[in-house]
Amino acid sequence: MKLTAQEQAMLDGRDGPARQKAMDLLVRYGEALGAGRLVDTNNVCGTVGASTPFLRDYGARHGMDAVFSEFSLDSAEVVEIPKVSVHASHLQQGLDPDHAELQGIPPEVVKVYRQGEAYTMKLGVQPLNTCAPYTVGNVPKMGEHCAWMESSAVIYINAVLGARTNAEGRESAGAAMLTGKIPYWGYHLDENRLGTHLLELDVDVRSTAEWGLLGYYVGEMVQECVPVLAGVREAPDLARLKHFGAAAASSGGVEMYHLAGFTPEAPTVQAAFGNRKPIESLKVGKAELRKAYEQVNSTAKDPDVDYIMLGCPHYTLGQIEEACRLLQGRRVHGNTSLWIFTPRATKQLADRKGYTKIITDAGAHLMSDTCSALGRVLPKGTKVAAVDSAKQAHYLPAIMGVQCWFGTTADCINAAVTGKWSSELG
Amino acid sequence: MGDSNKIVLRGRKVVGGVAEGEALVTKDRISGWGGIDPRTGTVIETRHELRGKSFAGKVLVFPGAKGSSGWSSQFHVARLAGAAPLAMVFNEMTTKIALGAVVTHAPSVTDLDRDPLEVIATGDWVKVDGDRGIVEVTKKG
Repeated sequence: MKLTAQEQAMLDGRDGPARQKAMDLLVRYGEALGAGRLVDTNNVCGTVGASTPFLRDYGARHGMDAVFSEFSLDSAEVVEIPKVSVHASHLQQGLDPDHAELQGIPPEVVKVYRQGEAYTMKLGVQPLNTCAPYTVGNVPKMGEHCAWMESSAVIYINAVLGARTNAEGRESAGAAMLTGKIPYWGYHLDENRLGTHLLELDVDVRSTAEWGLLGYYVGEMVQECVPVLAGVREAPDLARLKHFGAAAASSGGVEMYHLAGFTPEAPTVQAAFGNRKPIESLKVGKAELRKAYEQVNSTAKDPDVDYIMLGCPHYTLGQIEEACRLLQGRRVHGNTSLWIFTPRATKQLADRKGYTKIITDAGAHLMSDTCSALGRVLPKGTKVAAVDSAKQAHYLPAIMGVQCWFGTTADCINAAVTGKWSSELG
Repeated sequence: MGDSNKIVLRGRKVVGGVAEGEALVTKDRISGWGGIDPRTGTVIETRHELRGKSFAGKVLVFPGAKGSSGWSSQFHVARLAGAAPLAMVFNEMTTKIALGAVVTHAPSVTDLDRDPLEVIATGDWVKVDGDRGIVEVTKKG
């Protein structure tokens, strides 16, 4: 890999040991990829804190510079971490400090979390604490080179906003924060953003849940390729695109897609393929969505639901409003819990608008910063969960060993109120 | 015994170093976060063909990575927990797997001249020379 004089100087230690370690990691990573060079970035989203169980223990024993050295720079040697060089945002965390007791998090763990957050902010990382930074002020522009983690956010900013990022990991994002560099590879380059597979829709896809199912099917079919969807009849909103992408990045490894006529690099099907021919053409109809529905629901058997989780990826204000509309004047069943997750900034708006009160009056909770799969936080004794996110339905049973139903937002709210699962999709 | 049952694949270095051990082969891509338990190296993804099996101390042979961008950090934790694969052999290059292999410190090779998923079976003895990009396979039995 070719380095500029400035990059070589960082690698030689001119800017101190932390940036030297960061550049060393970027070189090892870039060469593993087969990248020819690095590219400048001024927009990094990553995870620096020590809020998940393994990292909390590590942080408590060795301190936060050791956490950053090992887990963000791949350096066993502990180096002092300076302020970040570029605009950096923090992704979701392992718990919500304002709902710690409910989430079964002991006070000493909250203390470690607070120390981690203070450390992170001291480094200059913005505490957005969400998997959906693009809903709370970090909206990259078309063509902007970014270094983002979080597969659901990566696919959103690539496909919907036309920004350029690969799915970075904790270590490469950490190194990018200190250097403003990331390998120039993959979706940073024009040719890799073009479509590979054509998917012709022959079914109306309406609800957010249906967009999630479509994403789940598409991800399963194309894995890490770039699908182009043709035949979309109605423009999907932010929430639908968020759920579509999150699902496609869970069943497969999709990081970029095109909706012909809707996303910025796909004014037409032809443009999306850059005049190349699709590797494969597939039809997506009712049967395909049905298959995805059955796969997403493969862990669920018991109709008695203990726990309903909404907000994967973190809910937008509009989705909170929809949940409130469905919930208003009703009460969550005595045997169930309803937790809704949103970015902290959106939670503050919900507080002011009165949505939080509607939710708490119904016996539910509006939480921020984390989710059940990431933080491994569930109501005590949960055996059967229900969600409106194909991504969460994919991960939650694997991580927490629970059954998980998937359906529409209305299905989920009904289950929260009745304690019983039934789906308008089933 | 001679080298008659030894097969040599040639590819490209991802991570240097040499390691050898028993192969664990899957045709399914692997998820990191939410796909493995890094404390034991066990695959936990619900519909995965390796579900319940551990890659700890094995030469992991697989198509590539999928899923969450937490891939590298999960394999990173697996290394610290002593549950990482000894070496990795794979087909599809992505940022997840490149970074994951780098932070796992496991000798890793890709871009091989024959499909390792066809040539290597679970239980075969495999030597991965990351620096030279060479994978030597001794078939079981």
